Amino acid sequence: MSTAPIASPRTEPPPAGARRPAPGYDLARVRAEFPILATRVHGRPLAYLDNAASMQKPRAVLDAVIDCWSSSYSNVGRSVHTLARRAAEAREAARDTVARFLGAPSRGEIVFVRGTTEAINLVAASFGPRRVGSGDEVITTALEHHSNLVPWQRLCAERGARLRIAPLDERGRVTVEAVAGLLGPRTRIVALAHVSNVLGTISPVAEIAALARRRGAAVVVDGAQAVPHLAIDVASLGCDFYAFSGHKVYGPSGIGVLWGRAELLAEMPPWQLGGGMVESVGYEETTFAPPPERFEAGTPAIEGAVGLAAALDWLSALGLQRVAAWERELLARATELLLEVPGLRLLGSAGAHAERAEKAAVVSFVLDGAHAHDVATILDTEGVAVRAGHHCAQPLMAWLGSAAATRASFACYNTLEEVDALAAGLHRVREVLG
Amino acid sequence: MSAPDDLRALYQETILDHNRRPRNFGTLASASGQGAGYNPLCGDRVVVYLRTEGDRVADISFEGAGCAISTASASMMTEELKGKTLAEARALFERFHALLTTGGGGEDLGMLAAFAGVREFPMRVKCATLAWHALSSALPAAAPPADPAGPADPAEHAEPAGPADTPTRHSP
Repeated sequence: MSTAPIASPRTEPPPAGARRPAPGYDLARVRAEFPILATRVHGRPLAYLDNAASMQKPRAVLDAVIDCWSSSYSNVGRSVHTLARRAAEAREAARDTVARFLGAPSRGEIVFVRGTTEAINLVAASFGPRRVGSGDEVITTALEHHSNLVPWQRLCAERGARLRIAPLDERGRVTVEAVAGLLGPRTRIVALAHVSNVLGTISPVAEIAALARRRGAAVVVDGAQAVPHLAIDVASLGCDFYAFSGHKVYGPSGIGVLWGRAELLAEMPPWQLGGGMVESVGYEETTFAPPPERFEAGTPAIEGAVGLAAALDWLSALGLQRVAAWERELLARATELLLEVPGLRLLGSAGAHAERAEKAAVVSFVLDGAHAHDVATILDTEGVAVRAGHHCAQPLMAWLGSAAATRASFACYNTLEEVDALAAGLHRVREVLG
Repeated sequence: MSAPDDLRALYQETILDHNRRPRNFGTLASASGQGAGYNPLCGDRVVVYLRTEGDRVADISFEGAGCAISTASASMMTEELKGKTLAEARALFERFHALLTTGGGGEDLGMLAAFAGVREFPMRVKCATLAWHALSSALPAAAPPADPAGPADPAEHAEPAGPADTPTRHSP
């Protein structure tokens, strides 16, 4: 086995004026906000390309969490002392921030949860049985993360309902037509991802929501992969529920958001019972608090909410549109270089530069004769962090005809040099595995 | 060791060779037992077919798709176990597991010694033991090989242990 360094397939610099951050996007300054990016892995500079799994945190988030613990921390909603008031105010201010970020009509529509998975489980467990009965139908799509599939499987099994799966087109996209073809008089819920965690494809949520709601179905959107890359306005999307996770948008783990229409949240029974979600409790009978507290039993992630708000404020100040524009450059470069790797096949072929953006900053691929786990191990020794496996989307992987794939996903702080390191690492994979 | 050295130690030529040309690959018409191993991390599956005569492994094969480490491990396991007694197979698994997790157990490992480099990649221990776990469910229930799982094996303990501390089993 040779140990000679492998030349990058593209050693010349990119053409002048092309593929550089737009004016005003100071990449070096963005990177300086993320202490972890200085980490070295196996003696190499870290190239963190596993952002769809979880994103790194800017100093603004670290500071907000430490400040919460240092000066404003207590339990919330229980005590009347000064720290309790400060902590409650900080958490409620975070709710306001989230409401603004999502374009939610009311702060009372923002339910804090642990993450997207808990949000979807909450809707399936509390709202699901109110709408779905024997013989009814729930529609989801062929590209869902397990967290937006398995809860609906169980709901349908328990209610005697039918789960229908909207197929993808040949480029790996959910289409309005595919969902429309399944919508019927018994459709009660349509649940879909805004952005695929494997393919990066962006689904036409607004069109599907309009169609489904006209037919009387409620629309639940898994926004975990969309919130870090797209400006979200739930009012114009027209869905009924929208869920996302803090840790996938530069915030802490253990905090997430369920947005729901006020009138729907109001009709939903609590799904977890305990402190913080009650009005008055007797030995025989209890009355529950109104939303959102009704759905927030137990001591919540107080510093998580504060950290999430800091992340959303930080991202808003940086500018989601500018971040998205830079991520499109990274994705375009990655797509171009990956296609030069012999035997590499991209999963899903939605273009990064289509007139209407069809794909967020995620690219998955398989390499002939090289298993994803071997690819990821070899890339790791080059300092490049990627995801390998089935990406919690086993049905989609089966549809794509592959048990495992490698995924690179980008964030505001990634560089073209890191994309080059990925490509060079893949040529190194070829060398190591022969 | 530096990263390139670690990588060279992991992907030794014998491992790459068994990955490219797995031995004893396919079903075994005369099998007296079979067992499946499943790695929920990557979705890899392997099925091991076994024919015992008395207390000996008369024939053994495997099929499935996996990474280079799991494929080569399955291939070399079948090569090493042919003709061995079940007690010898159990003892070999113990020494192999020690090699992967502590670097010990190095003697009498035969070609399995090629997997010593896995120790530097704890996330890949499960790949190297997948076929062995499948084997333990292929063996007669009365005498499953003990799983000597050690503490330096985080990936393997990421899921609930079954009765014999094996990965999730699926009937092939």
